[in-house]
Amino acid sequence: MAGKTLYDKLFESHTVRTEDDGTALLYIDRHLVHEVTSPQAFEGLRLAGRKVWRQDAALAVPDHNVPTVAADRQAGITDPVARIQVQALDNNCQEFGITEFSMDDIRQGIVHVIGPEQGATLPGMTLVCGDSHTATHGAFGTMAFGVGTSEVEHVLATQCLLQKKMQNMRINVEGTLGAGVTAKDVVLAIIGEIGTAGGTGYAMEFAGSAIRDMSMEGRMTICNMAIEAGARVGMVAVDEKTIDFVKGRPFAPAEEYWDQAVALWKELHSDEDAVFDREVTLDAAAIKPQVTWGTSPEMVVAVDGNVPDPAQESDSVKASGMQKALDYMGLTAGEAIADIQVDKVFIGSCTNSRLEDIREAAAVIKGRKVADNIKLAMVVPGSGLIKQQAEKEGLDKIFIDAGFEWREPGCSMCLAMNADRLEPGERCASTSNRNFEGRQGQGSRTHLVSPAMASAAAIAGHFVDVRDF
Amino acid sequence: MEKFTKHTGIVAPLDRPNVDTDAIIPKQYLKSIKRSGFGPNAFDDWRYLDPGEPGMDNATRRINPDFVLNQSPYDQATILLARENFGCGSSREHAVWALDDFGFRSVIAPSFADIFYNNSFKNGLLPIVLDAEIVDELFKRVNAKKGYQLSIDLEAQKVITEEGDEFAFEVDGFRKYCLLNGLDDIGLTLQHADEIRAYEAKRKQAEPWLFA
Repeated sequence: MAGKTLYDKLFESHTVRTEDDGTALLYIDRHLVHEVTSPQAFEGLRLAGRKVWRQDAALAVPDHNVPTVAADRQAGITDPVARIQVQALDNNCQEFGITEFSMDDIRQGIVHVIGPEQGATLPGMTLVCGDSHTATHGAFGTMAFGVGTSEVEHVLATQCLLQKKMQNMRINVEGTLGAGVTAKDVVLAIIGEIGTAGGTGYAMEFAGSAIRDMSMEGRMTICNMAIEAGARVGMVAVDEKTIDFVKGRPFAPAEEYWDQAVALWKELHSDEDAVFDREVTLDAAAIKPQVTWGTSPEMVVAVDGNVPDPAQESDSVKASGMQKALDYMGLTAGEAIADIQVDKVFIGSCTNSRLEDIREAAAVIKGRKVADNIKLAMVVPGSGLIKQQAEKEGLDKIFIDAGFEWREPGCSMCLAMNADRLEPGERCASTSNRNFEGRQGQGSRTHLVSPAMASAAAIAGHFVDVRDF
Repeated sequence: MEKFTKHTGIVAPLDRPNVDTDAIIPKQYLKSIKRSGFGPNAFDDWRYLDPGEPGMDNATRRINPDFVLNQSPYDQATILLARENFGCGSSREHAVWALDDFGFRSVIAPSFADIFYNNSFKNGLLPIVLDAEIVDELFKRVNAKKGYQLSIDLEAQKVITEEGDEFAFEVDGFRKYCLLNGLDDIGLTLQHADEIRAYEAKRKQAEPWLFA
């Protein structure tokens, strides 16, 4: 019999029961909750007179709606609709007995950043959140995936979810990344290779020497965008780096259990003879810094490339999609990526707001100034603790001296639910995860890049190859 | 949840691939703490020419006459015909709530994003996957005749055209059962509460650190 994949192992070990058609009742170890996708779930519990099954499994934080300007945060949220939503989370957590890091807590931040930071994300867990970027936590050998609000309610009420098992896919990134090429470039290259629906129906495992060589932060960036390749689950096997990262964090196993936990976690990898339904291999050395040009993350090229021509695309549905994207983005086929000027720069989001990202960005910015044509360049750290640590290292000064704004933690301009947004037609070099129409504000034009590439664009005023910078 | 058994209705063609949930319901409407009322803002950026905010009177906004759902009889459509990877992106169930509130009972496409597909079943909206060639043929027929209708028979797992052509589709047995009967799956899961407790007790033994 063939061996098991990491996903197979975790799916089996969390199956409570199986229906005749193969639908499994899956036990959920950790449930992360935020303000946008939970109010209707709590309301559902109230209407049905149900309680939360296991209060200690849930951890909540407001992140999507929170202001990122310090003064605004102290004054309270001015947008009445957003304020009600954040208050609803506070009230619901209190009523149902769930731990919450509220807006003024130093531990507050983006839900996918604080899970690992607190050790609330542990290897071998099943973890869900009402947010598609939940795959981020898969970097820890965790089976993590995004769910809708009905499923948020289901987990709150039963600690379980009804799930059909997905197929297995492995992405191997072999070799060594070039200088200036980061995890973000790797995942954008993967999406460019397999497309935004390439991983639909699959649980995706990222493997290969380039992934092994990557920091936990880099692995989180890769898993974070698995959903942009269509996969709900993205994961990386446990190794020493995983265990070192978790050790000593507030929610990590207590000392008496540590050795037992580590022994179990070391088994969290696919067996040598495991069979994957699909495998894709990329050569790490061939990956260049990436820039998206369109309105889907698969519309991506290397920084030294050009905007593609829909006339060269044989699939007519695809070609018309490309033309729509060019029209929306205000670009012409054949234009050099390096000739595209940007208006704003955003460094942040659950993809790229961790300390390593901020350090990488600061290394490019140091001693330089933001170009005159840049209307706004901002850094939004992923959590209060990251912000604090970056300030200890003096990174905030580097950004501020260069002309960047240094903000409070939250989702911010990744999805522009708060005041941080682009004006119609504005073009942004963004370290976030989605370049959809209107994502960063109505009529906004988003180009997804790494923190280093966003920083270089801020200095140059247009896209530029950070390797020559 | 509303039952889904058989349905016949007007088909609206939405001819673009990778329609994401940000497009189906833009983020500003996600601040609502309710499940209803999203219909007037479904596809907001495509449907209106002026920017929309929560609380606005949508009746006074500038309509985009070129957008299919603003045209008669598609404003009465109950079946949405779409291209591949429909519902990709954000997990927001508000996208399904918006389609449901608009009046849609089903979306037909060559493929769906996983989370959207799953969310649909929880709300009585039936997502139907048909081969790309069949979807292409349906687009031709819908474009050739305004008000073209399709019938859906969930029990028989068939889409039936006006001409009498039948196209079979797949659906998981458990999901079908819940949809046909309009069942609340939390109630179903709680029938297994003892099994969940037994499982928990076992895990607590093996991995005590997970239970604070």
